[in-house]
Amino acid sequence: MENIINLKDIEVVFEDGERILKKINLDIKDKEFVTFLGPSGCGKTTTLRIIGGFLEPTSGDVFFEGKRINGLPPYKRNVNTVFQRYALFPHLNVYENIAFGLKVKKLPDKEIVRRVGEMLELVNLKGFEKRSVSRLSGGQQQRVAIARALVNHPKVLLLDEPLGALDLKLRKEMQVELRKIQQALELTFIYVTHDQEEALTMSDTVVVMNNGNIQQIGSPTDIYNEPVNAFVADFIGESNIINGIMPEDCVAEFSGHRFECVDKGFAKNERVDVVIRPEDIKIIPPEKAKLTGIVESVVFKGVHYEMTVDGMEHKWIIHSTLHEPVGTMIGMDIAPFDIHIMKKSEE
Amino acid sequence: MKTKWVSAPYLVWMTVFIAVPLLMIAVFAFTSNDGGFTIKNIQDVGQYANIFFRSIWLSVIATAICLVMAYPVSFILSRMEKHRQATMLMIVMLPMWMNFLLRTYAWMTLLGNNGVINHLLGLIGIGPLKLINTSGAVVLGMVYNYLPFMILPLYSVMVKIDKSVIEAASDLGCGSFATLFRVIVPLSLPGITSGITMVFVPAISTFIISRMLGGGSNLLIGDLIEMQFLGNAYNPHLGAAISLVLMVIILVIMTVMNQFSPDDQVLI
Repeated sequence: MENIINLKDIEVVFEDGERILKKINLDIKDKEFVTFLGPSGCGKTTTLRIIGGFLEPTSGDVFFEGKRINGLPPYKRNVNTVFQRYALFPHLNVYENIAFGLKVKKLPDKEIVRRVGEMLELVNLKGFEKRSVSRLSGGQQQRVAIARALVNHPKVLLLDEPLGALDLKLRKEMQVELRKIQQALELTFIYVTHDQEEALTMSDTVVVMNNGNIQQIGSPTDIYNEPVNAFVADFIGESNIINGIMPEDCVAEFSGHRFECVDKGFAKNERVDVVIRPEDIKIIPPEKAKLTGIVESVVFKGVHYEMTVDGMEHKWIIHSTLHEPVGTMIGMDIAPFDIHIMKKSEE
Repeated sequence: MKTKWVSAPYLVWMTVFIAVPLLMIAVFAFTSNDGGFTIKNIQDVGQYANIFFRSIWLSVIATAICLVMAYPVSFILSRMEKHRQATMLMIVMLPMWMNFLLRTYAWMTLLGNNGVINHLLGLIGIGPLKLINTSGAVVLGMVYNYLPFMILPLYSVMVKIDKSVIEAASDLGCGSFATLFRVIVPLSLPGITSGITMVFVPAISTFIISRMLGGGSNLLIGDLIEMQFLGNAYNPHLGAAISLVLMVIILVIMTVMNQFSPDDQVLI
């Protein structure tokens, strides 16, 4: 697949000297669903605004289909944006909102009617043409915003936390629907979110960001199973992160014991982060275990119980379908391939 | 509603100082000196048609100038950072803290035949120009005094236009002009109509500005009314009739204006 957007050494420094983006490089492939994922303030929205043309990078180049587009205003870029709080035009009704871009481009009326009709069908808003946008529910407003952007047939659709204001059930429905639309229209979607679950369900590629840097780029499976550092591991789902050392290849030492693992290539006795997913910890009788702890709390989460276990040096989070009562001593067992060893991040 | 009674003080105020006087004006307008009913006063207003037209014309010009000057300023103001907006608004309001008469009087000394401006022009060999006692001076006085009344309503509507709506317009293909006319103007319409009202109504009924800056030749409706009550022409019945006609004119103009305003933001 060809790259549609390239970002080269993009740096953004605000007037007060704050560095929002620190020389990031990123290639976005055509027809992909790419998600920028990270905590607030990580630079994900800033990156999106640079692609949209609403913000000029302090230094670095933006390429669109190989052409440098720095300085090109938003209205001359072949991308459209779905804004965070929709930003619908309050003085126009549903039809006029969707038709806005086409009217500005002075397309023939027939063409406008046809394309807006297509969009209304696509986002299930047929019959709402004359409705004032202020009288729509959040979910419906969201659909208008998506239709208003897509009607222009952009090559790339930028979505800035578009589902943030919707309730959980609606959000899940819209996730599926957005993914369907993206695949049906064969467009590139660039999606910004701080919700890791959303990123994992929808994306082809996830770009994890923190502190103005890209931490990891990869498929949802890669990111989840092979996080490159403790930040990614922690951000993508809950994790137990413990300080440890690597006495030799395939052996990790933490919490006062040595464990067999599958990672190698570290310096002898290098200090590392040991990452263990809560669902990878098995509860066994304490007398058979190297790791023991006392159950501190149990919360029912639907599919599983979430337990916190006080293991002296570390408070463990365990997800398990079985649960032990608070106050009992339990043993914990971890399979070698579930022990992920990561280099200490520099920051 | 149990809280209705809290509006009682205003209801009393309204009755005593608004409804009753209005009624009295109407009574005066339709009676003659001996107390009998007559429409002669209203008919007499027709003699002053030229003054009515001049008043309307000058206040329309002043309102238009205020709108053209205030619109860009208000928009820029509304896009500034919050703390700078407060400072700038204060500067806009600053002249209004000075007494109205004093401000207008200051223009007399500036525009006078031996005034500051003519003096400066004289230094470079121009003039003296006739600046004061012209209709231009009256319009200038109106614009100067009423400009803040245009800026404030415009600003308060524009500040509510979300930045992302303007970005959305740009995203959907609008250059600066298209964004202005397709999004910003429609969304600031309530501010435009109330700004026009706030400037036009006091401008059309002013008498101080025309008296001080317009000389005798630029009589406005306000001066005419004043003359009927306080001047040599003393005729309160005619004065009341003129006031009534002026009120009707303003009412008609405002009603027409409200046709352009969104339904939920009617002004009167």
